[in-house]
Amino acid sequence: MLTAIVLLPAAAAALLLCLPRRTPRAVHLGVWAAVSAVVLALTLAVWAGYRAGEGIQYETYARWIPSAGIGYHVGVDGLSLPLLAMTGVLFLACACYASRETRRVRDFAALFLLLETTCLGLFAALDLILFFVFFDLSIVAMYFIIAGWGHRGAAQAALKFFLYTFAGSLALLLGFIGLYLAADPHTFDMVALTRENPLAGRSAYGALVLLALGVGLAVKTPTVPFHTWLPPAHTEAPAAGSAILAGVLLKMGTYGFLRIAMPVLPQAWREYALAFVLVGVVSVLYGALVALAQTEFKRMIAYTSVNHMGYIVLAVGAAAAAGTDTADARRLAVTGATFQMVSHGLLTGALFLLAGVLYERGRTYDMAAYSGIAARAPLFAALTAVAVFGSLGLPGFSGFIAEFQILAGSLGPRPVATALAVAGILLTAALLVRALQRMFLGPLRLPDTAGASRAFADVRAHEGAAIVPLLALAVVLGLVPRFVLDVIEPASRGVLELLAR
Amino acid sequence: MTAMNENPLFLLPEVLLGGSAVLGLLLGAWLPRHRQWLVAALGATACTAGVAAAAAGAAGAGVTAFDGAFAVDPVTSTVRIVVLGGTLVVLALSTTLLRGQARESEFHVLVQLSALGALMLAGSQDLLLVAAAYLLASVPSYALAGFLKDGPGTEAALKYFVVGALLGVLLLTGITVVFAAGGGTGYSRLGDALPEAPAALVGTGLVGVFAGLLFKAGAVPGHFWVPDAVQGSSPPAAALLTTLPKVGALAALYRLLAAPLAGTDVPWPEVVAVLAALSMTLGNFGAFFQTDVKRLLAYSAVSQVGYLLMPVAVAGASARAQPALLYYLAAYALTNLGAFAVVCSLPRARNLEDYRGLLRRHPALALSLIVCLLGLLGTPPTAVFLGKLEVFTAAVDGGLAWLAVVAAVNTVASLFYYLRWIRPAVSGGEASPPHRALRPPAVLACVTAAASVVLGVAGGPVLGLMTGALAG
Repeated sequence: MLTAIVLLPAAAAALLLCLPRRTPRAVHLGVWAAVSAVVLALTLAVWAGYRAGEGIQYETYARWIPSAGIGYHVGVDGLSLPLLAMTGVLFLACACYASRETRRVRDFAALFLLLETTCLGLFAALDLILFFVFFDLSIVAMYFIIAGWGHRGAAQAALKFFLYTFAGSLALLLGFIGLYLAADPHTFDMVALTRENPLAGRSAYGALVLLALGVGLAVKTPTVPFHTWLPPAHTEAPAAGSAILAGVLLKMGTYGFLRIAMPVLPQAWREYALAFVLVGVVSVLYGALVALAQTEFKRMIAYTSVNHMGYIVLAVGAAAAAGTDTADARRLAVTGATFQMVSHGLLTGALFLLAGVLYERGRTYDMAAYSGIAARAPLFAALTAVAVFGSLGLPGFSGFIAEFQILAGSLGPRPVATALAVAGILLTAALLVRALQRMFLGPLRLPDTAGASRAFADVRAHEGAAIVPLLALAVVLGLVPRFVLDVIEPASRGVLELLAR
Repeated sequence: MTAMNENPLFLLPEVLLGGSAVLGLLLGAWLPRHRQWLVAALGATACTAGVAAAAAGAAGAGVTAFDGAFAVDPVTSTVRIVVLGGTLVVLALSTTLLRGQARESEFHVLVQLSALGALMLAGSQDLLLVAAAYLLASVPSYALAGFLKDGPGTEAALKYFVVGALLGVLLLTGITVVFAAGGGTGYSRLGDALPEAPAALVGTGLVGVFAGLLFKAGAVPGHFWVPDAVQGSSPPAAALLTTLPKVGALAALYRLLAAPLAGTDVPWPEVVAVLAALSMTLGNFGAFFQTDVKRLLAYSAVSQVGYLLMPVAVAGASARAQPALLYYLAAYALTNLGAFAVVCSLPRARNLEDYRGLLRRHPALALSLIVCLLGLLGTPPTAVFLGKLEVFTAAVDGGLAWLAVVAAVNTVASLFYYLRWIRPAVSGGEASPPHRALRPPAVLACVTAAASVVLGVAGGPVLGLMTGALAG
């Protein structure tokens, strides 16, 4: 079942490439949307059959390269299932959004389908090398999307993105090799490594492996100081690419912390958790402050991603604090971190798609060029306002649940750091509301850049079909989060039990 | 020594290849010009039969033949399959480009002789046989480098020959010194005698032997010929120069270090590790801003030798070294030949910019190029990825974790120049003059690219075959 979900998009991509060149555009886009919908439906079917609190389910294991300790091992648990579902939702939204795309549609659809396979595969993988294969392929696919369909400076931005994240992936690979050689018998299997805890009592070795893993995952997340690839990549990428990059690809880093680093290296993680707390807080504050200084809408959202991912890093760092009295708090932090991944995927995905709508009308992201759009495009203004308020953590949206849990959970173990992180929320709120006010209220003023349409048309049907469900889902998760939390909570308890070894 | 094994059947692939080369030379003298492709067909038949014989021979346990001078074990068997398969590809590439030329058959014969030299290098268990194999692998290559008789070709051949002759003399000197130290040239005898011999003498001799083999492998410090020889020679010859001799030489180096030198005091693992780091780094530096595709691939080949030397450096320290080396050799040969097949199919495209718009005009060819270049980089799930994984693991396992870090950094650096080639190929626009791809090499490029992915995904059983012990 999982294997089918993971491989279906890639098979569809291969099919698209085999179709004759004169196949109409609608066929490519239709296949893309249909396959995304089927994947989402299958993922929901998996969710329906998932029994919360019973560990890894839908497991498939096959010997792949036994002499190198590599197996094909996939499965889902409470950490990966919400992310799989979020991935399915976001890719379907992007397929809807791109339904008016005209440039090299076949390649575009095929690349997105390939990217969907890598994202789903990564969240389902239970073998380090399988994880790495999908990790690397996601970089390759995203490189071609940015370079091929991005804006003017896309070539440079895509190269920077590839170099940075590829360097991170090799650090990750070295860490994986370290884990592999430490295990006896040598294996890359995550479940076996987690069970065995191979680096217990080997403090220096464990620290080196954690350093490699930490750097690799921190580049992808990204946290300060490895975040510099993110703003140009987002600014230059096409809207759907940005949405996937921020919504799904960034989660690969934080998911790696929860899935690999914490359970496999509990001792080293506890020892160096303070470093992650610090990196998290610095990311929160630095991301918010730099976002405050941006003049471009899309660049600003990119920096708020650094801020939002910082909360997750803070939470996973705080979860390692010692003492049994804080056990409930730490579980809250880990649950909040996972919930934040889903919530951020939906809200930031919507924001980037909205930024794409803005660019499509005005041909610029410069916030100073716009004013009073609400008069011309009330629906667009309303959707942006909803996304912005969701993103800054207003109660009633998923972002509130996530950030409240993270901060409430981290406050006990790490009071000072958490207090500082709260300031980040205030900053984000200020900068997002300010942007909203400048662009949408006041007298009407539209940019006169080349190619800009004089009549700022409101959100069209295909754009609405992509954006509204994302926001609606964010509201649903904000109002009735229980059905997701019920899945996540047993898994976060499991992570903490593994961490306490 | 009671039952001396002199059964020539143990050398069946080598005998077949040598026979077809000699027969091809005679045939070429009598055949009319438009039938000279028969020489290539004969060579291809010999290669195919040789691959079959090698695969059949690989099933048995390791044996040595001719007084222990030649070993048939997993190393020899793998190199046989890789080299003979590579020869097939080179012959196929050259028939299209040389069809109907006056000296077509000579080219095919030289290709086969050079491959035979590489095969002999890989199986030699005796330094004198290594010297003979070195000459057999080198002399036809010099002629191949200058085969076109144009300006760059002549320069290529001259440079290749001068460096080769110099380092060949060093090789012979080194063998003499080792002979003086160990009282023999066979590896089994050297293995007993060298640990007792003076370390300085052994070290001096080793420097000479290394010089010759590193020249054949195209590694630092014997890499100076690579860029010029590859750029100046025709694309099929360039494909051969960067692939086949390297496979033989690295197998010979591994054999030398794993068996007779294992017990000596000479710090060869450190020496090889430093050379590996230098090769990958200098190769990358050289490749960064190249605009000529063949020159770029030449420097990339130098850096790839660096990765290939990593398992050689840990030959005695990690049991994983041998499968890692052999698998990486097979993966590299396949991927590199695929990249050169793309170059062969677009004979007018010399610079990176000439590949502009390739994806739109020849999507399959462009995809093959992307797969091969990302493959050389080590992107999963291509074969070189698994090779790199194994090589890195062997290096860390053998206590050379710093070398694995250097290799990882170099891999990231190499991304830059591979992308410089991919970017124009996938971007819009059109090269002038527009691309017209030759069909047979283009098909071959697609096949090798697909094969490199298949080898990567189905690497499990292949790796298992490469783990047997050395014979001797």
